[in-house]
Amino acid sequence: MHKYHLSHLKQLENEAVFIMREVASQFEKPVLLFSGGKDSIVMVRLAQKAFWPAKIPFPLMHIDTGHNFEETIEFRDNLVEELGAELIVASVQQSIDEGKAVEEKGPNPSRNKIQTVTLLDAIEKHKFDAAFGGGRRDEEKARAKERFFSHRDEFGQWDPKNQRPELWNLFNGKKHIGEHFRVFPLSNWTEMDVWQYIAIEHIPIPHIYYTHEREVVRRDGSYLANSPFITVMEGEKVEKKMIRFRTIGDMTCTGAVESSANKIEDIILEVAAARETERGTRTDDKRSESAMEDRKKEGYF
Amino acid sequence: MIDTINEFSTADYLNMDLLRFTTAGSVDDGKSTLIGRLLHDTKSIFEDQLIAVEQASKKMGDHQVNLALLTDGLRAEREQGITIDVAYRYFATPKRKFIIADTPGHIQYTRNMVTGASTANLAVVLVDARHGVVEQTRRHAFIASLLQIKHLLICINKMDLVEYKEEVFNDIREDFDDFSSKLEIQDIQYIPISALKGDNVVEKSTNMPWYQGSTFLYTLENVHIASDYNLVDCRFPVQMVIQAQSEDQPGFKGYAGKIEGGIFKPGDEVIALPSGFTTKVKSIDTMNGLMDEAFPPQSVLMNLEDDHIDISRGDMIVKPNNQPQIGQDIEMMVCWLNEKQMVLGGKYAIRHTTKMPNA
Repeated sequence: MHKYHLSHLKQLENEAVFIMREVASQFEKPVLLFSGGKDSIVMVRLAQKAFWPAKIPFPLMHIDTGHNFEETIEFRDNLVEELGAELIVASVQQSIDEGKAVEEKGPNPSRNKIQTVTLLDAIEKHKFDAAFGGGRRDEEKARAKERFFSHRDEFGQWDPKNQRPELWNLFNGKKHIGEHFRVFPLSNWTEMDVWQYIAIEHIPIPHIYYTHEREVVRRDGSYLANSPFITVMEGEKVEKKMIRFRTIGDMTCTGAVESSANKIEDIILEVAAARETERGTRTDDKRSESAMEDRKKEGYF
Repeated sequence: MIDTINEFSTADYLNMDLLRFTTAGSVDDGKSTLIGRLLHDTKSIFEDQLIAVEQASKKMGDHQVNLALLTDGLRAEREQGITIDVAYRYFATPKRKFIIADTPGHIQYTRNMVTGASTANLAVVLVDARHGVVEQTRRHAFIASLLQIKHLLICINKMDLVEYKEEVFNDIREDFDDFSSKLEIQDIQYIPISALKGDNVVEKSTNMPWYQGSTFLYTLENVHIASDYNLVDCRFPVQMVIQAQSEDQPGFKGYAGKIEGGIFKPGDEVIALPSGFTTKVKSIDTMNGLMDEAFPPQSVLMNLEDDHIDISRGDMIVKPNNQPQIGQDIEMMVCWLNEKQMVLGGKYAIRHTTKMPNA
């Protein structure tokens, strides 16, 4: 390759670093939304690079559904300690207790949708004016439409039919009081890019991304981890499988895949051979054709 | 997903090249079909995506699978069967990784088209072989030129509907050639294709033996983009000042930003604008160590010999022997993208690199 030419991963890294610095410069009070998943872990690494040798100049915020994989929480706490960063935990349970959000009913209740209430509340409470999300355009068709700097009105809503122009590397963070922006530094990354980056940067990830034995229930074409948060329905059986997670989110809607991948190179091979998108294991997206767009309009991640 | 997994698991993959391209054309020129064909033939569509598109097509009463639904991701777009905003799609071949910005053809969504096209290395403009060069073709090519896209690929589509005739291709090519003298794009190529039938998209067409050129995909894989950046005029707009106190770096102060042009090296004499103070580059730092040189589009942290100079966001670091012009009166062409009309003599904020003056 040409001496003055960057590989695709380096281009993506440089783009994301630029975006993060732009947010730190244009906004009063940014926050990084941290789920403990691989995309937010990569975001944290990029933030370290963007502001090094200074510390990351904004807090991390975890919207906690209460339905967590223990391993993720442990990982989160260790990372925060290592970074010396501030961690804010906004609890969905608290939103429910305060009567702001109502728990879903039925056999497959999920707190995925009501996280939005907690998220918007926390943004308002802490007066955050920009929130970094790890969303990628290759994940989902509504996400494929979103700008790097994505405007939210005073109710936290996204208007996909009226997005701002965003030319070259000029990013417009102008807003009215009470409005905020969601910013997606990983917009142009694919699932493969994220894994390749984790590999070349040797970034630690929660070990549930690797193969392990777990009690699971087969539902809607994927395996859900057996936990106190799901009800095993009639005709379903709990079985032990060697599985791993392609994405990590709320336990009730994050499906696992059967896999023997126990190192990052194996995961990369699996991703290259995958015939389904990674969100294919997410039951939250399968609720309707425009499930993601509808949630995003309301203020979801 | 990909047949040749091994090619992707080697170190080559980590060193892959990236091409960003945008597709434009009038409403029914077959843009979405072309992208659908490209993704399909390079095996970049996942099974669950294809099933979802099949189901959506059926729901809308289409007998065929409508590949446009792959990129028309918004409810309003699917309901109306139009593209409102740019959609990004990603795919890779063993040669390159690609980012496609699939942009709307309707004139009222031009600002979205411009958004998608602005970051492209290459613009694909589709022309319907039956209609030839139309106003929208010229508009899109002109916008690509305004945005300073370096490469233009004119795909003359629906060749199957004009019996794959060479004259049709040549006439359209000549027609566009005449117009293209008004453009600032040096590299313009023409390819006769049928997106629907797959002629010259991924596979070379047997229906047009008279065409000796490359296929669409081959062109995308091989267009030379390494020299697209300006490596001569050194421009480093300061994005933010980074200060830190640590044991190894007491009182660290550096300037963070993206190299917009030229090559900077430690020891280079530099001048900070607008103040005009000169100093030298002490080092170019990253979390992973020092850099020997920095070039576009790298985001770096520059450390200067004299760190008492007043430099802040919006200032620009350049080299003394190659300075940009500074002035208050500028003549420029304005492309107005808002529904509200521009007010002559009104006050507007201008964003120029990391600077935001009023005008």
